[in-house]
Amino acid sequence: MREITYRQALNEALAEELERDQNVFLMGEEVAQYNGAYKVSQGLLDRFGPMRIIDTPISENGFAGMGVGAAMVGLRPIIEFMTFSFSLVAFDQVVNNAPNMLTMSGGQFNIPITFRGPNGPAHQLGATHSHATECLYANFPGLKICTPATPRDAKGLLKTAIRDNNPVLVLESELLYSSKGMVEPLEHDLLIPLGQAELKREGSDVTIICYAQTVPLALAAAEALEGEEISAEVLDLRSIKPLDLQAILASVSKTHRVVVAEQDRPYCGIGAEICYRIQKEIFDELDAPIARVSQEDVPMPYNERLEQAALPSAEKIMAAVKKVCYA
Amino acid sequence: MSSPEQRDEVEMLSLMLLIRRFEERASQQYQAQKIGGFCHLYIGQEAVVIGAIAATRPDDYLITAYRDHAHALARGTSADACMAELYGKVTGCSRGLGGSMHFFDKANHMYGGHAIVGAHVPLAAGMAFAAKYRGEDRVTLCFFGDGAINQGSFHEALNLAGLYKLPVIFICENNLFAMGTSVERSTSLKQIVDRAEGYDIAGYVADGMNFRDVRDKLAEVVDGIRKDPHPAFVEIRTYRYRGHSMSDPASYRTKDQLEKFRMDDPITRLRAQLTREGKLTNEQFDAMDKGAKDTALASVKFAEQSEEPPLEDLYKYTYANGEST
Repeated sequence: MREITYRQALNEALAEELERDQNVFLMGEEVAQYNGAYKVSQGLLDRFGPMRIIDTPISENGFAGMGVGAAMVGLRPIIEFMTFSFSLVAFDQVVNNAPNMLTMSGGQFNIPITFRGPNGPAHQLGATHSHATECLYANFPGLKICTPATPRDAKGLLKTAIRDNNPVLVLESELLYSSKGMVEPLEHDLLIPLGQAELKREGSDVTIICYAQTVPLALAAAEALEGEEISAEVLDLRSIKPLDLQAILASVSKTHRVVVAEQDRPYCGIGAEICYRIQKEIFDELDAPIARVSQEDVPMPYNERLEQAALPSAEKIMAAVKKVCYA
Repeated sequence: MSSPEQRDEVEMLSLMLLIRRFEERASQQYQAQKIGGFCHLYIGQEAVVIGAIAATRPDDYLITAYRDHAHALARGTSADACMAELYGKVTGCSRGLGGSMHFFDKANHMYGGHAIVGAHVPLAAGMAFAAKYRGEDRVTLCFFGDGAINQGSFHEALNLAGLYKLPVIFICENNLFAMGTSVERSTSLKQIVDRAEGYDIAGYVADGMNFRDVRDKLAEVVDGIRKDPHPAFVEIRTYRYRGHSMSDPASYRTKDQLEKFRMDDPITRLRAQLTREGKLTNEQFDAMDKGAKDTALASVKFAEQSEEPPLEDLYKYTYANGEST
């Protein structure tokens, strides 16, 4: 194992899959000559050339649609959105064309495409650039969604997504691009299945269910809670769809108390679905109502103090844990 | 002009007849409530898709909008599979899961059947990109109506195709109306073909009521693209005899206008040309027409006797290989 950044892990995943399969190409704004708005595609143009690493104009609907068309005739496109806030301009391609094609054609056309890029609030980007889109896309059958929080998960999930025969959204996090973590050596073909959660920390008093940017917040909260003699288990979903319900039920059956820490907004958010599933399957295991920590239900303000107030935080997660533990 | 890729004109006329007789029968079955959803008929526009088919190869990619029955039939999808799709039967070209607006036939390079106006135009650019990526000399034929040219996805796709020099022909089937809105009420340009100039794409105009004009213009365009990949735009002026869909009485246009186009019918015209040149007798034409009517009638029987998709099909195609989430 060696320590690399989340950004580098994604870069390795792209390079390895481009190397492995000639049908894979990367397309998006500033991915080639600029080396990526967040440098995820650094060096790929030099290595793979302009036919496979393709700069586009600012036309999200157009190039997302090109990806779908190329996938219909056998290529495996990776479409980068500079941020998933911009994917909303391509919404019709992502939700209407990519996931419907297989059913509409009676099974003739599957769409092996990866849509990737940073998702969720970054820092003081204001309302238009701070969307956490996972709850929107999770509503569409035919899409798969993963939300890596560590370099290892970023590499393993992206490689799996590229090889998947369905449209997969890899929702990265701008705030995590520079974070570091241990990853298997380069010669190891690291593949992490979609739909498998991972315990990032074991505990016995409460389960904190989290993903993407809320994973480091949950881990910080769990560590602080240890000093207050509360043992928190941190379950990283890693994929939103498919959802690893078995891992959720196993952890909750052990701790009997749950906080869902999500990076989206509360109304029809990911936490709402998770709460429903837990109470439906193991109502009698719960010793307290489930708490949710999410964004506030407001457009994201620019002001730093107000933005902080609108976002989930380790402090908010700790408060929610204490509430469900009646501590 | 003649080209080695040109197909027999009598055969092309018989395909035009098949499309017309098939749709007349579909219209009848729709009115009898045997067919659900929306149903948009192509009657009057037959020379457009058949002219394009005559100028291209069977392995060229073809993609179109929701008025798509003719494009599937032109590509070789059987009338049985088309009618069964309208009936929502498992023997349909999309196993009964697509319906009138979503005909697909992978084996015959028919890539849909797309019902969001303009949303398939970027897909065509992507298919052409794939052909260029693999070094193939295939051309992508992308059909759409005059209503699509004011949609953002259309403009984005034309710019991308021009920028990357993609081997795609954008074929605007200008039938003068986007549903009930005339071109003059929807489009700031006097001529639709002028859209192409804004993207440095060569533009052509063809008479959609004249099979030979469509074929010859497209043959010239295709020839150039095969030698050196680039996009082209062809505005084909045509007319639909029926309303936008089965529920539309088309009261926004005049009887005179309809009659004017009917007098210029593409099937009548090609028949007259071939007869005059001694390539077709009245007996041959009558036999072809009877054949088309018989095929259409048989397709109704086939559809009615076919099975519904099994209930398991509800979940079968959400993900590849029947995976579930």
